[in-house]
Parts: sequence; structure tokens; C-alpha cells
Amino acid sequence: MTGRRDTTGSAGSRLLGVSALVGVAVLLLFAFVLTDPDVRVHPTTGEEFGQFDAVRLLYLHVPMAVLTYAAYILCAAASVGYLVRRTPWWDVTAYAAAEVGTVFCGLVLVTGSIWGRPVWNTWWEWGDVRLMTTLVLFLLFLGYLALRRTTVDPRHQARRAAVVALVAVLDIPLVNRSVEWWENRTLHQQSTLAELKIQDLTLFTLMLGFVVFGLVAAWLLLHRFRVGWLEQAAAEHGVAMAIAERHAELDMPDVDAAVGDAGDGP
Amino acid sequence: MREVFADALLIAAKDLRIEARSRVLVNQVAPFALLVLVLFGFALDADQRTLRTFAPGLFWVAVLLASLLAVQRSTSLEHADGAHTGLRLSGMAPSSVFLGKAAAVFVQLAVLEVLLVVGIVVLYGSTIEDPLLLVVSGLVAGVAVAATGTLYGALASGLGVRETLLPILLLPVLAPVLIGATRAFDDALGAAAVDGWAWLGLLVVFGLVATVLGALAHGALIED
Repeated sequence: MTGRRDTTGSAGSRLLGVSALVGVAVLLLFAFVLTDPDVRVHPTTGEEFGQFDAVRLLYLHVPMAVLTYAAYILCAAASVGYLVRRTPWWDVTAYAAAEVGTVFCGLVLVTGSIWGRPVWNTWWEWGDVRLMTTLVLFLLFLGYLALRRTTVDPRHQARRAAVVALVAVLDIPLVNRSVEWWENRTLHQQSTLAELKIQDLTLFTLMLGFVVFGLVAAWLLLHRFRVGWLEQAAAEHGVAMAIAERHAELDMPDVDAAVGDAGDGP
Repeated sequence: MREVFADALLIAAKDLRIEARSRVLVNQVAPFALLVLVLFGFALDADQRTLRTFAPGLFWVAVLLASLLAVQRSTSLEHADGAHTGLRLSGMAPSSVFLGKAAAVFVQLAVLEVLLVVGIVVLYGSTIEDPLLLVVSGLVAGVAVAATGTLYGALASGLGVRETLLPILLLPVLAPVLIGATRAFDDALGAAAVDGWAWLGLLVVFGLVATVLGALAHGALIED
């Protein structure tokens, strides 16, 4: 760290934060006002069907889901980096990515559940592969964060956390396979993009969602990384201070005498 | 390589000898697993038809819960009197230590599974329709649980909160084992029309990955 700072912000990250904030406002404008609800008309019966206003949630849900997976992949990659290089940079990156990923993962589950109620007529669907995989992923990383909050030598903790992250990421394909075979069905559309009657504005809003949530995730990641880095520096500083204090005590006259007495003992 | 397995056998024999003398599995873990079966009976209104249908799932939930105790016991053995320091000084490869401890947990789980099978036959009225599938899937899933459990036991060891941390770390990882083993038992016990042998493949893959990963990662976890 160069110089003292009272904030984890910098000119660059402030610009990033402001653009994320403006982006969210614009995204909400597009998602909730400017785009049309998903209403389709059955060709023969003339009945109206579709997701209606619920489709608007997908502009938030889909980008967040993609970013969840991106954050967890970053966490696993940084964990490998840590096990190879053993430097705090990789460790702090992995921790930051896991935390941001878990926030997004929780939001994905909540928005998905809210969306599923009107569209699938259920809050929760046990047989759905993506739903179950995402839930297990969420639980796996809750365990990871629980491990991160234990008090143990930072290097030990970093190693253990790296192994947990790797196992979690390796476990996910197996969870996915097993749930898929389990009921062999999914309510999820094969591709949301293909299923929706894509108009230019719909596609644009979805793409905007990816960009905006990408900015939000980057901003959160940056700040979480800086906080983690400062925590690490503070812990090291604390140890250095304690050592300096002990040394200072040794220089005090009465302590000198006490140590001297002890030294002359039997 | 042969040395690795010879050392692993020594470790496994040590853990099993401690178990034979202390009888923690026999006196505490096995009764706990049976108790879980009885509690399921109460919770499901003691309706034998329901119990028979869900016996495979209940069986494996009981195994997973009991495995938490077995793993905790296995790691606490090394923590008493600084035994893990002695183990590290012994010069054995970390992978031998892992394989040995996992093997000991596996043997204990296998004994537990036999007891629990008797339990579901007697209490839930399950019938064994495919004994070979039952034995093979029980053993393979046992390997998967023992290897994963031993890896996570090492992860949580030495922490003040290990008793509460281990379940939240271990149980989500074992979700595929629970699903796979339950489906295999569904077939073996005739509880549902599924192809249990196909599920065995998933259990084999899981068991292999957990054992290899555990043997590789154990060194990173116990080094200082």
C-alpha cells in the first residue's frame, strides 16, 4: 500500500461505481418500462399466453446467474493460483470472488423463485437440474465462507479454503449429472434467448443486463479485494507492532533489571 | 507405491485397533444410526408402506449422519495428545495417512451399513431383491463417503468450531452420493423401478475422484 487512505475507493473505482449505478438505473428503465411484456397469441385458439410481466425478471436473473458461475470459476482459478504460488494476492482474490459469487447466487435463487411462482406455478421445483445444481452450489459456498470466518493461522486458512473451493467446483458437474438422471426432466427453457420471441429491444435489454451486472460485480469484487488486502496488511501490521512493543519493554530499565536478575539466577 | 499402501495399512490397523479397544462406534455411533431409523419411523407416522417406499433414502440419510460422527472420531484421535505431530514425524507420506484413515472409516461405515440394512428389513419391512447390487453399491458409496469425509475431517481439524463446521462443509458435497446411492438401493430393494446399476457408475466416479483428490490434497492440509 502506498500512503494512508481512509477509503478503499480510487478515481478508477469511483468511475466504475458511478457507471454501475447509472447502468442499473437505465437497465431498470428498460426492463420495467420500455420493453413489452411477454404476451403471445395461440395461432388456432387465439388465447393469450406467455410469461407476461414476469419476463422482466429475466433481465436481472439471467445476467446474475451467468455472473455467479463466472465468479465461482474465478474463485476456483485463484485457488489453484494460490496452491501453486502461495501468495496472498491469489488468496484474497479467491475470497473476494467467492463472496461476490455467493451474493449473486442467493439473488439468482430468490429472483428465480419469484419468477417461477407465476410462470411455473411453483416457488420451487425439485426435479429441475439447474435449480438444484445452483442450490447445492450456494450451500457449498456457504460452507466455504463459514470456513473463511474461522480463526486460524491465515496461511492454514488459505490452504484449506483453496481445497474446499476446488472440491466444490469439481462436485458441481457430478451434482448436475445426478440431478439430471434423477428425474430426467427440467422446467428450464433450453435457452431463454431462443424461447422468448426475441425483439430487438428484448435482446438489447438482456445484453445491457450482462454489461450492467458485469460492472456491478467488478465494482464489488474490486472493493472486496481491497478490504481483504487491508485486512491482511492490518493483521501483519498487528504482529509487527506486538513484536516492537515487546522489544520496547526490554529496553525499559526495570525490565532490564528483572531480565538481568533472571539471567543471573541459578 | 507399495510403501504407500503398506503405510496406509498400518494407519488403518492403528485406527481400527483403537476402535476395537474404545468401542466408540459400537457403543455410540451404531446406536445413534439405529435411533435415526426409529425417529424416521415416528416422523412418518409408523406407516410401513410409506417407510418401505422411502427406506433407501432414509437408510442413506442415516449413514450420512452417522458418518459425520465417525469422521469426527477419526480426526479427534489424531488431535488427542498431539498424535498428529507423531504421525508427521513418522515420515509416512501424507497420502498414506489419508488412505489409511479413509480405509479405517470405510470399514466402520461398512459395519454400520450392515447393521442399518438389518434395521430397515426389520423395522421398515424392506425386502432385498438384488443382493449383489445392494452390496456393491453399499461398498462403493461407503468408499465415496469415507474418502470425502476424511478429506473434510482434515480440513476442519484443529479449528475450535470443527464440530459445527464439518456438517455444513461435508453434507452438500455428498449430495450426488446421497442421490446415487438412494437410487441404487431403490432398485436393489425393489422400492422404485429404476436402473440401479447405471447409478453405480456415478458412485464409482465420485469415489475415485474423492480418493485421488483426498490423497493429493492431504499433504497441503497437514503441512506446516
